[in-house]
Amino acid sequence: MSATTAPPVPLSRRVLPLVMLSPAVLVTLAIVFLPMVQAVWMSLHDYVLFRPKNFDWVGLKNFTAALQDPVFWTSLRHTVLWIAITVPAQMLLGLATALLLNQEFPWRGLARALVIIPWALPSVVIALMWVWIYDSNYGVLNDLLLRLNVIESSIPWLANPDTALYAIILTLTWQGFPFFAVMILAGLQSIPKSYYEAASIDGASQFRQFWHITLPGLAGVLMTATLLRVIWVANSIDVIFVMTGGGPGYSTYTLPLYAFVKARTGLDYGYGSALAVSFTILLLGFVILYLRRAGRNIG
Amino acid sequence: MMVRNRSLLRRILTVDLPVALILVFTLSPYLWMALTSVTLESNLFTQGPSLVGATLENYWRLFSTVGFGANLLDSFIVAGGTVIVGLALAVPAAYAFSRFRFRGRRLLMLQFLVINMFPLVLLILPLFILMKNLGLVDTYAALIVANSTVAIPFSVWMMTSYIDGIPRSLDEAAMTDGCTRFGALFKVVLPLCTPGIIATGVYIFITAWNEYLYALTLGGRSVKPITVAIQTLIGEYQVEWGLLTAGGIVGAMPATLLFLVIQKRLIAGMTAGAVKG
Repeated sequence: MSATTAPPVPLSRRVLPLVMLSPAVLVTLAIVFLPMVQAVWMSLHDYVLFRPKNFDWVGLKNFTAALQDPVFWTSLRHTVLWIAITVPAQMLLGLATALLLNQEFPWRGLARALVIIPWALPSVVIALMWVWIYDSNYGVLNDLLLRLNVIESSIPWLANPDTALYAIILTLTWQGFPFFAVMILAGLQSIPKSYYEAASIDGASQFRQFWHITLPGLAGVLMTATLLRVIWVANSIDVIFVMTGGGPGYSTYTLPLYAFVKARTGLDYGYGSALAVSFTILLLGFVILYLRRAGRNIG
Repeated sequence: MMVRNRSLLRRILTVDLPVALILVFTLSPYLWMALTSVTLESNLFTQGPSLVGATLENYWRLFSTVGFGANLLDSFIVAGGTVIVGLALAVPAAYAFSRFRFRGRRLLMLQFLVINMFPLVLLILPLFILMKNLGLVDTYAALIVANSTVAIPFSVWMMTSYIDGIPRSLDEAAMTDGCTRFGALFKVVLPLCTPGIIATGVYIFITAWNEYLYALTLGGRSVKPITVAIQTLIGEYQVEWGLLTAGGIVGAMPATLLFLVIQKRLIAGMTAGAVKG
């Protein structure tokens, strides 16, 4: 129908984009989507790596086993805590940093460059650096707190089940707040200066300007950055893995870490995959929310 | 004069001082690590880290006895290989996304976006089985493939936003002047987005260099990138913090330096996609 009204698109124009896209698409199909399907497939089987010949179909057995596994629920609780504290902490610190770095002061360029350093460091280095800081005998944190008389005796931050998770949360907050700062700073720079000029002519206080101009102007950035961060923080296991490996006991297990440890040390790939798949399903809500926001921007 | 002094004081109290505090929080762990790395191991537990009697002994041991040079080379090959694979696949794909409108474009773009959202743990288990079946465990190829799962989708998005920034009228002008589409691509678009390609390449390099879990799972013995090597410095019975922190400084150095060099362009590219929202 439309072919009679609009001039036909030449064949080369229709084929060329597909030719240019196909290498990237085919490679990601092969190294991302196919393995993911395989993970789902493995989760429906009994598959332990030291008995590679046994690959028995067990249906949803691994999933029902997970629901009855107390470690699954502990890990899930930690995952929720982990996200619920880390992401808001990163956001508030990031917001404060961005607001400050948006002010005029002579060494602003230097400050902006330095504040992002944690973001560029390898997570192994970050983890070990903080293990050294938290060290119960020689760590600088205990030393400082003892000198300031905040605590009376050294606290083994990472060896104590009550403090270990929070110690790691502080580390991750340190690692991730620069991301928020950079995103929010870019958002701040896109709010027209004239809004503030008009508001101050009308006599609006600093706080009212922040509440009625800055925050609404940042809403989109904050939403996008928060969703991205929730997904990344939930997924991130390298820092925990290096700092405590999940211990002491199960006190720093999160769901993806549990899946990883189950497969790595237990070699139980069936159950490990089932845990990974369950975690992905739980995360899917946030992923869909993010994709809907990002999808709107595709012209 | 009084007013100016007072406003300067005000600025120092409300801006400079809080910024300085944030920078102390940001940098002190790193500086503490640097200080530890120049302290003799034997002094570390008696006097604590200090600049008095600073020495490069730990760094020297790192390369002479631990053999850190080989690990740096491994990291370099893996990260460099990932950059080549990532850019070779992402640049044509990004050009297609930016310059053509076709059926399924939106879906394909979202497909690349969604990959970065999936948990690494979901991918690492099947990838290990795959590499084991292919006999590729502990090879550069395995690590390059694994890092590409992150690099390809990210660089497709980053490159698309760069190429979007180059006016279409430029390639159209070249084509009316007799260039073919490929001629326009190579003579007009690619030269103009060289800075974008460099920034994307550097970003891939940094993430591949810093990557740990894939390196641990798919490599570890004959291919041992720097991140795994640092972790294995933690001994069975005691931790040699001087050696370990020296390893941390060396391991973090390339990525940190690259990052500081191209920071502005990198941030512009990274935030462009998200800030529009």
